[in-house]
Amino acid sequence: MDGEELTEQETALYDRQIRVWGADAQRRLSKSHILVYGIKGTVAEFCKNIVLAGVGSLTLVDDRVVNEEALSANFLILPDDNLFQGKTLAEVCCDSLKEFNPMVRVSVEKGDISTFGVEFFEKFDVVVISCCSLAKKKLINQKCRKLSKRVAFYTVDCRGSCGEIFVDLQNYKYSKKKLEENIDCQLEYPSFEEAISVPWRALPRRVSKLYFAMRVIEGFEDVEGRNPGETSITDLPGVLKLRKELCETNSLNESQIPNALLERLLIGTREYPPVCAIIGGILGQEVIKAISGKGDPLKNFFFFDAMDGKGLIEDISEPNTGS
Amino acid sequence: MASQEQLSAIKGAKVLMVGAGGIGCELLKTLALSGFQDIHIIDMDTIEVSNLNRQFLFRQSHVGQSKAKVARDAVLRVRPNISITPYHANVKESRFNVDFFKEFDVVLNGLDNLDARRHVNRLCLAADVPLVESGTTGFLGQVTVHLKGKTECYECQPKPAPKTYPVCTITSTPSKFVHCIVWAKDLLFAKLFGDKNLENDLNVHSNDAANSSEHSDVFEYRKDEDIEEYGRRIYDHVFGHNIEVALSNEETWKNRNKPRPIYSKDVLPEKLSEQNGNMEKGCVTDDVSAMASLGLKNPQDVWSLGENSRVFLEALRLFFLKREKEIGNLTFDKDDQLAVEFVTAAANIRASSFGIPLHSLFEAKGIAGNIVHAVATTNAIIAGLIVIEAIKVLIKDSNNYRMTYCLEHPSRKMLLMPVEPYEPNKSCYVCSETPLSLEVNTHRSKLRDFVEKIVKAKLGMNFPLIMQGASILYEVGEDLEEDMVAIYAANLEKALSELPSPVTSGTVLTVEDLQQEFSRNINIKHREEFDEEKEPDGMLLSGWVEPPVDKDKNKPIGNGESTSNALPAEESLEAKKDVTIQEISEVTEIATGTKRKLSEVSKGTTPDHSGLSDETRNHNQLEKLDVDDEDDELMISDDWESLTKKKRL
Repeated sequence: MDGEELTEQETALYDRQIRVWGADAQRRLSKSHILVYGIKGTVAEFCKNIVLAGVGSLTLVDDRVVNEEALSANFLILPDDNLFQGKTLAEVCCDSLKEFNPMVRVSVEKGDISTFGVEFFEKFDVVVISCCSLAKKKLINQKCRKLSKRVAFYTVDCRGSCGEIFVDLQNYKYSKKKLEENIDCQLEYPSFEEAISVPWRALPRRVSKLYFAMRVIEGFEDVEGRNPGETSITDLPGVLKLRKELCETNSLNESQIPNALLERLLIGTREYPPVCAIIGGILGQEVIKAISGKGDPLKNFFFFDAMDGKGLIEDISEPNTGS
Repeated sequence: MASQEQLSAIKGAKVLMVGAGGIGCELLKTLALSGFQDIHIIDMDTIEVSNLNRQFLFRQSHVGQSKAKVARDAVLRVRPNISITPYHANVKESRFNVDFFKEFDVVLNGLDNLDARRHVNRLCLAADVPLVESGTTGFLGQVTVHLKGKTECYECQPKPAPKTYPVCTITSTPSKFVHCIVWAKDLLFAKLFGDKNLENDLNVHSNDAANSSEHSDVFEYRKDEDIEEYGRRIYDHVFGHNIEVALSNEETWKNRNKPRPIYSKDVLPEKLSEQNGNMEKGCVTDDVSAMASLGLKNPQDVWSLGENSRVFLEALRLFFLKREKEIGNLTFDKDDQLAVEFVTAAANIRASSFGIPLHSLFEAKGIAGNIVHAVATTNAIIAGLIVIEAIKVLIKDSNNYRMTYCLEHPSRKMLLMPVEPYEPNKSCYVCSETPLSLEVNTHRSKLRDFVEKIVKAKLGMNFPLIMQGASILYEVGEDLEEDMVAIYAANLEKALSELPSPVTSGTVLTVEDLQQEFSRNINIKHREEFDEEKEPDGMLLSGWVEPPVDKDKNKPIGNGESTSNALPAEESLEAKKDVTIQEISEVTEIATGTKRKLSEVSKGTTPDHSGLSDETRNHNQLEKLDVDDEDDELMISDDWESLTKKKRL
């Protein structure tokens, strides 16, 4: 989009959402560039949402080949063999996503994202990663933070009927309307590494158990050199052992991370479509907020557990940081 | 993650979806991915361009086609081996009767109007089929579960009626832009382009008897009259003369700012046909548009008085030049560009006269068309939550049924807030056995008033049957005999006490809607006087909970269709700013009286905080789900008061 005004086509198509966030925000969306790494059901949902919202461009990175499992919770992949023969996940999803909104440029980037230099990330306003090891998350987060341009960084992971979103907007200034006035707000976000380094005993007492459980599983995969999600119920003894160690180090009562919860997270890579829709929706909303500069962004973790139905925000940061 | 029990229940389930729009598309997709294999879907609409920002199963090439059918085709591409049966039909049709509903294991609503929701609610109650209801507006949404006898039905907590305005506010003393829109749409537009036989309050305050015959000529286009002259004549009459007449009544303006009359010669001194040299070239495109012909490109611009006046005259001219045949039959349609332009311009000129801020076409269209603002993400979230509840219903996991609210601003850290459902409202006129009584002046009120205001509006019956004892006073149906139809028509015009079977104090009327299998007895009590302001209908139904009504409710002029689950159109402007609106009926429901939660004993009456903002009211009936120990036991937190006080207004 070149000019400053929204085109007639855009105004007609985006009418209902312009009534939510305004024409100004819509313009900003149309100029934004999103990078997505690791496409499964949840990320497919997210991509659908932001393409419909009318972002400028969406770049997909996922060189994995399409398989049976990918089909199970990813509605962007049609089961027609002819369509996905020999193509990567990113390529197949790219084709589907283009159809949702011809005004958005959807493309594929191939290669190992850990080898991409800092200048690669500079092209984007938002980076979303999923299906990522702990090491990769930290690495990409760091690359985003090294840039003078602020690149919003998100991780998203769903394990079974639970989901987690992490947000890093670095130093984020925005304004919002309170009653009749515009007030300026500022938030300081920690990096992923900084956040998870906050000692557990320093966190508020009622922090979601899911936060701790996710860290245990994540830690387990890291220590065992597993690919993300490459765990099963047979790993439970090892996971419980790690939990014990972590809890001792952090002076946390083991009962804060129930066995039952950990078991549910050891579900492997299968996804639960309703949770994909919910997490993909929340993430979509957050990215739209960050790009448009409108609305309080969540800081800095979001958790959903279908078992209790709560969608919670947790602020995992050093006590002195924050808004 | 779906357990064996869940998977098996999903596989064998027969599901009915009502609505294939914003929520419907997301829901159908998620159901299919979750393993559902037998889905039926009803939707009467066809696809429009403005749907495409969120109803992702549809493409530009599908515009005009049936939503239910296209949605089915799209999802079958992803899951070719499941069964999806589409119905391009209105859910109120008689074929969707109780027997039809009984076939399903669960019904999932993705509707956008109160009327249809009530209808489906009754059928689900009659068929004893669980209903999962939902709604979204912008960033807000909710999912609720309804099981007959176990939880509240959809109507246990009455939903607020659509906002209406007193006649005098519209015709004489507008103070908000929405009043000008209603005037422009329901009075001026209707008068000029609509059915001439309909009553119209446009000149309601013209007391001058001599003038009234002149007025009946004013709006009529005289044969061979120069169209611009006609336009200016109308302009001067409604914005000039009528204002002067209003100003002559000093009383009205004692405590109000006086409007100023506006005459076209002052705003547009030169003849337009001389100014706009290119006017006669007209539009080559199909869409006749005053904006296009005047070179006004951006619907988000707020036009000046001069520009609005130009649009007014040009739109009028184009209606007569290009769409003459439709004049006399037109009703306002938000997708009719020329109509929207005319109404915007007229409303703005009136607003200018009354010192009310002007609005852009974009904003005016939203208000006039009762447009609901909507995004894809909220619908996706709600669809996910609907499927989760639906699965619980299928495996009868009743302890875990939840009403879930999707909030824009977190409340106690929650963006998604689950609440236990309440037990049925014992006074609910739909699902309980409460007897109803009606106070009415049986000598003055006609049967027609009873049918329109009570039976149809309040009780939501679409095809009513009204009996007194064994006599049928009125019924609607396809196979009625002519003489019966005549009798019923005659009955409508009679006062209640003068009906063939007289209705007086002590009479019991039975009203039924056979299709909804909904029947109620109403005890009639005669009462002489009714307060015109508080009881404008002249009738009072009790044993039934009144929906919260807005203060200025006199003789109402509404702003169009009943889409009361949407934000009132005026407020949709506010959506661009912080949303702190009190009328979001889908998310917050006013607590009325003591309620008992499904599995726990109540702690007492929920307090009434109707003056507070949404979130605070949310809390008033929310149970806190505090997870305190490893057994994950639900505990009820005390002290509603301290919690509500913490919330911002």
